Amino acid sequence: MAPAAALTPVRAVGRLTLLCLQTLGAVTLFALRSLRAILLGPWFPGQILRQLAAIGFFSLPVVGLTAVFTGAALALNIYTGGGRFNAEQIMPQIVALGITRELGPVLAALMLAGRVSATIAAEIGAMRTTEQIDAMRTLSTDPFGYLVAPRIVAAVIALPILTVVADIIGIGGGWAVAVGFLDFNPTVYIRATVDFVQAGDVGTGLLKAMVFGLIVALMGCYHGYRATGGARGVGRATTNAVVSAAILIFASDYLLTTLFTRR
Amino acid sequence: MSGARPKLEWRNVTKRFGDVTVLDRLTLSVETGRSMVIIGGSGQGKSVMIKLALGLVAPDGGRVVLDGRGLPGFGGRLQRRLLARSGVLFQSAALFDSLTVWENVAFRLINADGVSRKAARRRALDALARVRLEEAVADVFPSELSGGMQKRVGLARAIAADPEVLFFDEPTTGLDPVTAAVINDLIVDQVRRLGCTAVSITHDLASARRIGDEIAMLHEGQIVWQGAPGELDQTSNPHVRAFVAG
Repeated sequence: MAPAAALTPVRAVGRLTLLCLQTLGAVTLFALRSLRAILLGPWFPGQILRQLAAIGFFSLPVVGLTAVFTGAALALNIYTGGGRFNAEQIMPQIVALGITRELGPVLAALMLAGRVSATIAAEIGAMRTTEQIDAMRTLSTDPFGYLVAPRIVAAVIALPILTVVADIIGIGGGWAVAVGFLDFNPTVYIRATVDFVQAGDVGTGLLKAMVFGLIVALMGCYHGYRATGGARGVGRATTNAVVSAAILIFASDYLLTTLFTRR
Repeated sequence: MSGARPKLEWRNVTKRFGDVTVLDRLTLSVETGRSMVIIGGSGQGKSVMIKLALGLVAPDGGRVVLDGRGLPGFGGRLQRRLLARSGVLFQSAALFDSLTVWENVAFRLINADGVSRKAARRRALDALARVRLEEAVADVFPSELSGGMQKRVGLARAIAADPEVLFFDEPTTGLDPVTAAVINDLIVDQVRRLGCTAVSITHDLASARRIGDEIAMLHEGQIVWQGAPGELDQTSNPHVRAFVAG
């Protein structure tokens, strides 16, 4: 018994490693099948437009609200921090940099992970458990082309657009607080922001947003497509989609930021 | 057996799920233009037989043969050809709940066959009329229909593209006897009208007798009996006798 007991942690690590590799393999295969459907078709433009509206347009309120409050809070925090070494005037530049390079894309993506990944996983999961996906295949229509590809394409297009909106509204939130409560000159604030922000800052954020869009849609589709076991299975798929999308957004954000940071 | 050419065959097909062998070197052939009904208890693998034929699951051994040629699995050209020429009525009807009734019926025509929406709607209405559904239901969503009407819409979707092979998965499950009889009659009418080969699975004996030219009994992964509906009550096969006696 003693040697077997000693091996228990090793077995657990082995099992976990195998599970991770299995999941990685399954996600990779799913992503490759999706890519094939995106590149080779058949394409369903009507589905892409419908998903653009669902993923992009209807996410505008939640992304806008998140951005305005975050921009305002960020401005107050930077004002407090800057005040400790008499550098309050640098606030517009730091707010702009923080929003465009980091908070705009990450917050928009997190909002989409909660709103869109969950919806996609629930929709596709319900279709899977009620044989609708099987029915689609028997009707000579590839579910990857009809269901998965349009959602991924729409998310990759929509998230950068939402990020631009989040950037503008977030900076606007900082501006409103600075002008309303901290006695900044409105014109000087805007001038300082415009002069400081470079195209590369916005471009970095937009590139991140495209990657995050892919993650959000891919996780929703993957977990929904593999849902089993009725309502409980759909609930589990929804939770897994949101959690995995959020973790992957943070992880890829760090990797992309490392890539774009010049030392 | 009439000796006619088989349309669809399961040749020594084995299918396992984990350690459980659901189909064990199963062999069955369905002749062109005939209606084959597969009966058997719950969990015997009847639905798996249809899913194997449609390429929705892959066999662990043996192969499914269409018109004398082995199906290579989903995605292969022959498999796509079978799907293009087949219609399926699922146990739960499996209608797309985000689409209206007519869009469900016309789904293949619009998304796979490239038929214009206007022409597809016309053909969908025609298919709905064939299953005795009025035009008024065309623009409602499946969730607004009763179970029997959903089955009829599922049947209309299966026949809309004039298939050569029709699959029916438990067509009368969950329906009252009167509605079940209506569905059975509609199935018989449409199979005859299209002159197609039909494969049905059911544990409803009344349905099996009504829609089948031939009946096969699946038990423990193998076909243990095969005969005409009239022979069901005469056979000495203990599995069939137990099934018929209930």
